[in-house]
Amino acid sequence: MAALRSTSSVLLGAAASRPALRFAAGAASVAARRGMAQLADGATHNTTASGENANLKTFQIYRWNPDQPSEKPKMQAYTLDLNKTGPMVLDALIRIKNEIDPTLTFRRSCREGICGSCAMNINGTNTLACLCRIPAEDKAEMKIYPLPHTYVVKDLVPDLTQFYKQYKSIKPYLQRDTPSPDGKEYRQTKADRKKLDGLYECILCACCSTSCPSYWWNSEEYLGPAILLQSYRWLVDSRDEKTLQRQDALNNSMSLYRCHTILNCTRTCPKGLNPGLAIQQIKKQMAF
Amino acid sequence: MRLSGLQKEVLSLYRQCLRACRKKPEATRPHFQTFARTEFEKSLKLDKRDFGAIEFLLRKGRRQLEMYASPGVKDIRK
Repeated sequence: MAALRSTSSVLLGAAASRPALRFAAGAASVAARRGMAQLADGATHNTTASGENANLKTFQIYRWNPDQPSEKPKMQAYTLDLNKTGPMVLDALIRIKNEIDPTLTFRRSCREGICGSCAMNINGTNTLACLCRIPAEDKAEMKIYPLPHTYVVKDLVPDLTQFYKQYKSIKPYLQRDTPSPDGKEYRQTKADRKKLDGLYECILCACCSTSCPSYWWNSEEYLGPAILLQSYRWLVDSRDEKTLQRQDALNNSMSLYRCHTILNCTRTCPKGLNPGLAIQQIKKQMAF
Repeated sequence: MRLSGLQKEVLSLYRQCLRACRKKPEATRPHFQTFARTEFEKSLKLDKRDFGAIEFLLRKGRRQLEMYASPGVKDIRK
């Protein structure tokens, strides 16, 4: 402003110094006012941008750090503008990790519901974060927890060791002694192949098993819906020859018969499969 | 001294660790023993009523023991 005043006074000459000064001062104050106005304009523009167009959403996320085991787990809130975020919960989590808090820990891999890594409890339902849309019109906070009744490794990462051990225990591979009649592949009729539909799609995300109250109380011995679905996948396979041994392994009070048809598994399955039906089919197969 | 169930579990885990050390080659055995000891000493300051934390550390310890006890592990360094 001082520079402006001096140039204008130089331009207008020293003869009429007083009015020139007055004019200069006037110009300066106009400029200052305009500058202020511009600043205020910019500011209001910004606030309208974040006030009307921004679609803010708060995520409450379960945090627990194993390096400080004596600290209790806590919920941490993160607020995101949904207009700058992808449509799925996983996009929001990735954005929080990239831009707000790099210490947030969760498993993710394929981001399209094929790997089953990002299984977590979102708003009270076990699902895959990559297949779960953020409800945009709903302003309520989203609550994200790790899978229920699992030991937590860190934040949203559950310890699935027991789950994988149980999967290993059902021998999830083709067992057969006789070679195929023509020395080529083991062939199936179309009808036999059709029996595997709705079973082979399971990605072992553990959403169903960890939603099953029966599995919560007996996870040591009861196999849980996901593993029983896989069990049934090998029991109905026309190429497998160890069906009787497989049935024998399930024939005790705990492994299979802890299923009380609660059907939380079918309701929660993010792939739309029906583990409840598969378990009933095993029971039927064993009964007759 | 009467020990609580949890304290007994911690001591039994430590003994399992020392026993696992005996299966390691003699040259590197002291490394395993000092490693086991320092791992336990790390959480010496823990409150003995902090059950959640102690149970977590027990689970973690068992996992570590299972991993380091496998015969493929010949030496341990920090």
